[in-house]
Amino acid sequence: MKLLEFLKRERKKSASVAKERLQIIVAHQRGQRGQPDYMPMLERELLEVIRRYVEVEQDAINISLDSEDDCSVLELNVTLPNRG
Amino acid sequence: MARIIVVTSGKGGVGKTTSAAAIATGLALRGNKTVVIDFDVGLRNLDLIMGCERRVVYDLVNVIQGEAGLNQALIRDKRSDHLYILPASQTRDKDALTLEGVEQVLEKLAEDFDYIVCDSPAGIERGAQLAMYFADEAIVVTNPEVSSVRDSDRILGLLASKTRRAEQAQDPVVERLLITRYDPNRVDSGDMLNLEDIQEILAIKLIGLIPESEAVLRASNSGVPVTHDQDSDAGQAYSDTVARLLGDEKPLRFHQLQKKSFLSRIFGGGRR
Repeated sequence: MKLLEFLKRERKKSASVAKERLQIIVAHQRGQRGQPDYMPMLERELLEVIRRYVEVEQDAINISLDSEDDCSVLELNVTLPNRG
Repeated sequence: MARIIVVTSGKGGVGKTTSAAAIATGLALRGNKTVVIDFDVGLRNLDLIMGCERRVVYDLVNVIQGEAGLNQALIRDKRSDHLYILPASQTRDKDALTLEGVEQVLEKLAEDFDYIVCDSPAGIERGAQLAMYFADEAIVVTNPEVSSVRDSDRILGLLASKTRRAEQAQDPVVERLLITRYDPNRVDSGDMLNLEDIQEILAIKLIGLIPESEAVLRASNSGVPVTHDQDSDAGQAYSDTVARLLGDEKPLRFHQLQKKSFLSRIFGGGRR
């Protein structure tokens, strides 16, 4: 009986792993859901402008749009390289 | 005023066409004049599930392109006077559908029918978006499985943004969850997402739960929607789903482990 319970507990894991993974994916998907269609384009063009002045990597820019009450905040994070 | 219901899922093979056929049949059996439309242009299958594949002459694309009248393309169901099928084209591609064309067909159908059930193609591309665009309600078919749940969430995103109701800032499309291929045995052993978890992740109201059932394949083999098989668990579960769509209160069935009796353990489970 002990062995049976042990095996059962081991197998319980796959459904709860599935749930945890889905909660993360879905939260991420929903974060992007409200985004206007122009966001990827805006991100690309901003990166271009910044690159005219500073050498930054493709993934050095992070852009997000958050809505609070009746206003939206566009947040832009750019990681600049260390000045050598 | 006709209610337009889209049966959609994102992922393929989860039971959209089976569900669209079963739900449309159930609505008609309850006396509602119902039409079920196949939006899967190029890969039509609804006609097979409805058992009318040999009676298809004209299809949705012919009607939209003005090559046939709506009444020429509509196929009356053999088993129910209240049910009609509008098949998809097998030879054209999905670009043959236009938003204006679909709108005109739906407007015309709305004059005669109580319910218009749209069977969406898989994916999130044009065909799927056309199927959902004019919907009042959506039935999101989901299997208890990670890729299906994720895709269902993507579809919910589209329903909230890429539909007429969303674009014209009307009341949003009513979203309902239909869980199919549910196996209480595997849920109990911890290998399958349970219905509470799926509901919690997708956060929409459950309209029905269809158990994994041998009756579904039997139904598609014979071209008789499973709702007609009222001896089967799946047939009864679809009838419950339809009853809830019509506003009845129906407790959930078939989601709990059936304790097998001593005799059925010995002689096998019997017909499901």
